[in-house]
Amino acid sequence: MATRAPIASRPGGSRFAQFKLVLLGESAVGKSSLVLRFVKDQFDDYRESTIGAAFLTQTISLDDTTTVKFEIWDTAGQERYKSLAPMYYRNANCAVVVYDITQASSLDKAKAWVKELQRQANENIIIALAGNKLDLVQDSSSSDAPAGNPDKRAISTAEAEAYAREAGLLFFETSAKTAENVRELFTAIARKLPLDQAGPRGLPRGPRPGVDLRPEAAGTQGGGACNC
Amino acid sequence: MGGTSKGHQGVSNGGIELGEASSLSPRAEYSPNTPPRQTSAGVPGSTMYRGGSGKGTSDERQSPVVDMGHGDAFDEEALPPPLPPRPQISPERQTTSSSLYHPGSSKPSLQSKATTALSLTDILTQSFPDGSRGTYAASSARPVAGFSADLSPADYRSGASTRNASEYGDISSIRSYAPTLQVGGDIESLMGEALDSVQENSPWKLLSSQIESENPLSQISEEEKEFESKFAEEFNEIEDLKMLLNCWKSRLKHFFILSSAGKPIYTRHGDENLISGYIGVIQTIISFYHDVDDSLKGFIAGGARFVVMAEDPLYLVAISRLDESDTQLRTQLEALYMQILSTLTLPTLTRLFSTRPSTDLRKLLHGTEPLLSALADTFTRGSPPTLLSALECLKIRKAQRHLVNNTLLKARSPSLLYGLIVAGGRLVSVVRPKRHSLHPSDLQLIFNMLFEAEGVKGGGGENWIPLCLPGFNKNGYLYMYVSFLSRQAKSEGPSNQPTKSGGKEDEVAVVLISADKESFYEQQQMQDNVIQQLEKNGSMDIIISAVQKGRYSISEIAPGTLLRHFLYKSRANVQFTMPSYEPHFISPLERRKLLSLYHMLHASVHAKSAHLKVQHCVHRDSISLAWVTPFFELYCVAGPNANRNALTQGANKVVQWVRREEERVFIIGGAVF
Repeated sequence: MATRAPIASRPGGSRFAQFKLVLLGESAVGKSSLVLRFVKDQFDDYRESTIGAAFLTQTISLDDTTTVKFEIWDTAGQERYKSLAPMYYRNANCAVVVYDITQASSLDKAKAWVKELQRQANENIIIALAGNKLDLVQDSSSSDAPAGNPDKRAISTAEAEAYAREAGLLFFETSAKTAENVRELFTAIARKLPLDQAGPRGLPRGPRPGVDLRPEAAGTQGGGACNC
Repeated sequence: MGGTSKGHQGVSNGGIELGEASSLSPRAEYSPNTPPRQTSAGVPGSTMYRGGSGKGTSDERQSPVVDMGHGDAFDEEALPPPLPPRPQISPERQTTSSSLYHPGSSKPSLQSKATTALSLTDILTQSFPDGSRGTYAASSARPVAGFSADLSPADYRSGASTRNASEYGDISSIRSYAPTLQVGGDIESLMGEALDSVQENSPWKLLSSQIESENPLSQISEEEKEFESKFAEEFNEIEDLKMLLNCWKSRLKHFFILSSAGKPIYTRHGDENLISGYIGVIQTIISFYHDVDDSLKGFIAGGARFVVMAEDPLYLVAISRLDESDTQLRTQLEALYMQILSTLTLPTLTRLFSTRPSTDLRKLLHGTEPLLSALADTFTRGSPPTLLSALECLKIRKAQRHLVNNTLLKARSPSLLYGLIVAGGRLVSVVRPKRHSLHPSDLQLIFNMLFEAEGVKGGGGENWIPLCLPGFNKNGYLYMYVSFLSRQAKSEGPSNQPTKSGGKEDEVAVVLISADKESFYEQQQMQDNVIQQLEKNGSMDIIISAVQKGRYSISEIAPGTLLRHFLYKSRANVQFTMPSYEPHFISPLERRKLLSLYHMLHASVHAKSAHLKVQHCVHRDSISLAWVTPFFELYCVAGPNANRNALTQGANKVVQWVRREEERVFIIGGAVF
């Protein structure tokens, strides 16, 4: 596993939960960049398309006693991989649907994904809508990077926000490049997840246990983060 | 038109039978009873140079030895006679060259050698024309050279080529231009062993060390400078609109893929606007021939070679100014085609075009352009695996490999098809079912995806990739689990290191391939177990240190040799091995020139009409040798001032070394379940 961040010893009262998260969205909206920023705090200006899907993990602490581990499926956005998507969102506890705020069509695609998730995925799946590439439209005077151009924006914040509210989604405008709102996005998801049910051994799994999940024991081991 | 066949690639189509004992037992390869000359059907009168034919005293030898005529070194096809008198060598160097290999030779003997060498030529050549094995008459050689060495007969043996009068003329004229260089050097190396005891003389050492440092392909002439600058530009993206067209036209190599309806699908250089006109022309030309049932294979125009491959519904075109043969370019096109199949599978491809012949495939291939470009650039840089249709293994001890194999076998997940450990583009270990072999072309696609393109490596996680391996089955997808280990080790704690920094040379990856698309977690579990075991039994350290060490250097395996590089392909194993490019071939240009030389050698020994077994080439800046037997192919290169004997000795050393190290450099009988 790419990152198996060791978790410090958890005293009795702590809670640990493990959630499966899937990223969906049109190709080239920045799904992998968001994940890379979240998991490794890195950014590549030139990034080749994801092939198939990448699996990464990242653990965040919500407070002193609560730790959440995300198992992230970063899927490729290309049309030809569409038929594989159910494999990744099935049993997912949460999803981030990403669009590019400078590409009008990418929101349409995002909406289609949301629809599909709401129809096909877990009933209780938590979906977040992320409008990425915020850096491209911010004319930040202080920034040393070449300033973005507000004219590039193709989707207004209000429009996307309205849609998100209507569809019951979390909503953030993010920049993987500047890291703006990336951590916030994942933290907000973690806070919305049903931690109380989770308990120390992770969430009860979806309706089709054992199909593509790791055995409970393995999951616990992974979560226990003994890297030995 | 082209008309080259796929004949010589037959081996590659067979896949790697890592497990099965094929009829060619690797051991039989080196049996003293099967010296290479049995296979070298000498064709009299041909200008190509061959190893000694038929008779000979092979029983004296333990291993195959390349024999070459001492007089004739010129392949007329590659190098039209008369050879220019090597202008770059100063007189001072000419004299020193005679002591090239034996710095100890005493000064006084030099002069006599230089003058008498000419007469020695006559003596030498006179023994040839009857076609019999040319042996130096010891009685005449001895006084001429002024040595009373006890020489083994093998050292004196020379090729049995029949020469005509004009070749005599050429030889003697060449000799008279540079007598000391050619003949003196030969004799001295012939006498080599006898000279070792002669005392060393420091000025000579100095001068000869200068010459030994003369690397092959290191000299750059005017036209090569042009080539150099072109080659350096080759990989840049074309940007400047003004110069766009000229830039584009000046590229040394182009690849186009288009649909048979004439829609552009892929091009290495230039965008759609730029190429659409050319795509139209290409499509017209190809379909013109297609319509009359005389399909176009290739042609030469404007100094470039055009090769066309029609794989309905696609046309693939390669345009090269890099002196590659039709067959070689066709192999490259084939690999690009395989990459497309790998993304889409054949049934999808045919269905798309049969329902809509005007399908725009670019949309469907979106995201795989980097894979195609990585392949194309690999070919342009020069790729030994592609040239030889073979793969390279990481050199580790047999017992160590065995341990890795067993670890993989033990941890095998139920749905596993192939399990691989690859390191720096080389195979460390493979497990496979008994019934299925793994095809080099498939492995090439995987290696390209993992090590040349950034898409997978840059992701920094585990990957689950649907792909079709056309060599295995071009009709369906397999699912590939990939995890890079060195990355894993690095990602302990927060590293701010950019992901691209890791050189491709030291990446270690576990690749697990299954037909079950739901089996990611299963493979992940297996990978965890494998890693754990490999770390426990120490194999991981061995692999990582072997990878970090890089390839062996040529001086390690043949100390003092004048060989600078070689490629050795074991035909039975469909694998090859080669030393590191360093220290002699460092820049991409030097490597490209080396690979161009290999391509040229490869093309001539694989030409359909030539049943060539041994070829020796002399160029202004290198000498080289290709040696083909049913068991192996060897291509080796030495500097311009080395002589044939040194080359031959080096080649023999390499063959002996590979025989000794066979189970380390190759995977023989990989793990089967």
